[in-house]
Order: sequence, then structure tokens, then C-alpha cells
Amino acid sequence: MTQDTYEPRPYRRRISLFWWTERRTYLVFILRELSSVFIAWSAVFLLLLVRAVSQGSDEYAAFLDWAASPWVLVLNVIAVAFVLLHAVTWFDLTARATVVRRGGRRVPTWMIAAGGYVSWALVSVVVAWILVGA
Amino acid sequence: MWLLFSAGGVLAALFLPVLLFLFALAFPLGWISPPEYGHVLDVLGHPLVRVGLWLLVFLALFHWAHRFRYTLYDGLQIKHRAGLVAGLCYGSAAVGSAIAVYLLWNVP
Repeated sequence: MTQDTYEPRPYRRRISLFWWTERRTYLVFILRELSSVFIAWSAVFLLLLVRAVSQGSDEYAAFLDWAASPWVLVLNVIAVAFVLLHAVTWFDLTARATVVRRGGRRVPTWMIAAGGYVSWALVSVVVAWILVGA
Repeated sequence: MWLLFSAGGVLAALFLPVLLFLFALAFPLGWISPPEYGHVLDVLGHPLVRVGLWLLVFLALFHWAHRFRYTLYDGLQIKHRAGLVAGLCYGSAAVGSAIAVYLLWNVP
């Protein structure tokens, strides 16, 4: 008699396409990951600004006007919100993942996070000062 | 690979909020009067700014590519098209970075 060998396969549950809607933590996770799309948009937006500036002062003014047009504005308001989400989740996450030991004890997470936020504030002030002037 | 993603995340977190707030909201809406063209040109023309801005764009795009690739895997469950997804993500990041080099090189 022939013997059929049976190879057991691990049980793989089918995952619904909407798995991330089931829990709030899943939703927040997906939103956090989607913030990267607006990081990419910001990069594109900045490149558009660079191009406009290279073309001349009229184009620079036109760019700012375009940026104020309704749909672009809506997109950018959403973008700013997601960029802020990225920044906040980034500082909190990396603070938790960073292990610094001082004298045998681990530096508390909130201190590392505070360092991140202070750097953020400093960078923002410097950039704003360079652009907007004294 | 992961280091690029990480660097992109840090730079994006530090620089994008203020830059986006100023150029996407404050200046266009007149909350803060936009800098004079001449001043912007001076700032942008500075070699350090050109290189720094390119680095920001390159790393931000790479950060997106890396993260979005995995979000697509997780979110849409398309692990079986892994090669194509990765190619599209990193590919478009590379294209964006190349465009950035061209634009920033050619600022008058």
C-alpha cells in the first residue's frame, strides 16, 4: 500500500483588510505610520519652494499665493497636523528606546524625551530667526 | 538602511514642523510677513543651507519610503508583492533626491 506522508502546516489565520479599525491602539499606530506620507509631501513642498525661489521674485510671490489657495491650504493644515504627530511620537518613542546609564542607574525616559523636545524648540527658534530675521 | 530611516525621522521631527508651519501656513496666510525675496535667496544660496536642505529632503524621503513600504505590507497585507512595493518606494525616494540635487545646485 502506498503511504501518503502528511506534513502538518502551521495554522495561518486570514487577516481582514480592516484589522486596524478594530482597536484604537491599532488605529493610532496606522495614523502614526501614515504620517510618513506627509513627511514626504513636506519634502516635495519644500522642493517646490526652492524651485520657485530659483525662478525669481515673481515666482516666489506666486508660490506663496498658491500655497494660500483653498485645497493646498487644507492639505497643508492636515500635513502640519501629521508632521506634529510624527515629531511627538518620534521623540517619545526614541526616548523610550534610548538607554543611557549614569552611575549604574538608567536615566529616566522623561529626561531623554525632554532633551529631544528642547532640541526641537532650539532648532525651530534658530530656523525661524534665520528666516524672519531679528 | 535602518540608520537612514532613523536619521530621516530625527531630522524630519526637528526641522519640518517649523519649516512647514512658516512656508505652508504663516507666510501664505500673512500671519507673519514673509521674508523678502532677496533674503530668502541669500539664505537658500548659502552652501551650508543647500547641503543641509538636500540632506533633509533625502533623509525625509527615505524615511517615508522605508516606513510606507512596511505600512503597505501591514496595512494592505501585500507581502506577496514585496519586491514591487520596495522598488516603488525606494525608487521614488531616489528620484526625489535626484531632483533635489538638481534644484539645490541651480539656485542662483
